[in-house]
Amino acid sequence: MSAATVHTRDPAGARLSVELAAGDGWTHELAAGEVLRIVDLRGNQAVDALFFDAHDYANRYSAVDTIREQGAVYLGPGSCLLALDGQPLLEIVADTVGRHDTLGGACSQESNVVRYGEHTRHMHACRDTFLAQVLAWGRGLEKRDLTHNVNFFMNVPLTADGGLEFADGLSGPGRYVELLARRDTVVVLSNCPQLNNPCNAYDPTPVALVVWPAA
Amino acid sequence: MSEPFLDEILPPGASWSRICRRGTALTLTDLEGGANVSALLYRADDPLERYCMPDTLKCQHVSRLTAGIALHSDMGRVLASITDDTCGWHDTITGHATSALVARRWGVATFAEHRNDWRRGARDGLLVELAKHGLGSRDLVANVNFFTKVAVDDDGMLAFVPDHSGPDDSVTVRFELDALVVLCSVPHPLDPAAEWSPRPVRLRCAAVAPPGPDDPVRTACPENERGFAATEAALR
Repeated sequence: MSAATVHTRDPAGARLSVELAAGDGWTHELAAGEVLRIVDLRGNQAVDALFFDAHDYANRYSAVDTIREQGAVYLGPGSCLLALDGQPLLEIVADTVGRHDTLGGACSQESNVVRYGEHTRHMHACRDTFLAQVLAWGRGLEKRDLTHNVNFFMNVPLTADGGLEFADGLSGPGRYVELLARRDTVVVLSNCPQLNNPCNAYDPTPVALVVWPAA
Repeated sequence: MSEPFLDEILPPGASWSRICRRGTALTLTDLEGGANVSALLYRADDPLERYCMPDTLKCQHVSRLTAGIALHSDMGRVLASITDDTCGWHDTITGHATSALVARRWGVATFAEHRNDWRRGARDGLLVELAKHGLGSRDLVANVNFFTKVAVDDDGMLAFVPDHSGPDDSVTVRFELDALVVLCSVPHPLDPAAEWSPRPVRLRCAAVAPPGPDDPVRTACPENERGFAATEAALR
């Protein structure tokens, strides 16, 4: 991916601006042409994200198709987030971080137990947030619709010998990513509550969400 | 391994599904070299629990599959283990081809003209097999690509490694829970071969002993120890 890019949009022109507290979820439908900015307010936060074609939820974000078709494992400026049909759902049109993960998945109670031990079973986790969000959204979304997500602001380097690491984040206070909806898209976010690894510096913090109408 | 109770050839470009029981193993053999077998696994008792690429990778700090690696489910259990592998690297991060991708990459070959040598994407084969078990596109997750290596450099750029798997390379998957296994032998979409060249794969299923306390996959890391313990707790 190329170096981080900056794209200045006027907050006065936004149609929505909210703060998402640490550990909370958010579900929102973007119309084609709208832009969502996710701001890492305090730095080193991780925002787990799922995307669905608003008119066909079965046609959802596909991490592996996205990776293969862009020929690179990290997401960054210019990355197109592809659906299962191989066509873009969204495009990263501005990015002041430069690298985001889509292989590390979302934390869950079950994966926390495997990774860190039984004492973490009842800690808050992203997949519980995703489930609560899609159940509240309704329209038939359920567990089978939750697949491999994007982890904005998260740094999960792969090594040439087939390893994978969780590294300190590349993000910092005020850094952001902007997503242009290439079609009507439902966005489901979990502002990661993980306390057991450095994905959010062991200190989950709020993020800002800003939506601009289509130009 | 005991005498196989199933021994068949998955023809080039074909799909396959079967419930593989705990206490059995499936050995896939690349008969000619250069095969790709896209695979998905679901827990037979509850297909909402399925092979989970991210949990498998982050529990073992790996980005490729080989002997000694457990295939973790999304519910904190181990569905299967890779117990033998002559190939050294199997991909699980680059997905599979749709028929549209195959047509763009290698051209269209219809059944009407080519009979059973027609070309379909792995997506079609996987979906047809999933549908035989009541599952569908909503159940598609990142698959394994047995016999395929897609290298990743320090900048994260991908490179398909040609001729990675040779004739008679094989990989053995031992099932720790009863699992629905879905396979498709369509070439990987990054395969640079100018000609459409799917390859046949031999499939053998045989009874094997369940993993003991010193099993090398179980003891590979504390995460696998906990995953196996949760799996065995679910059997009681």
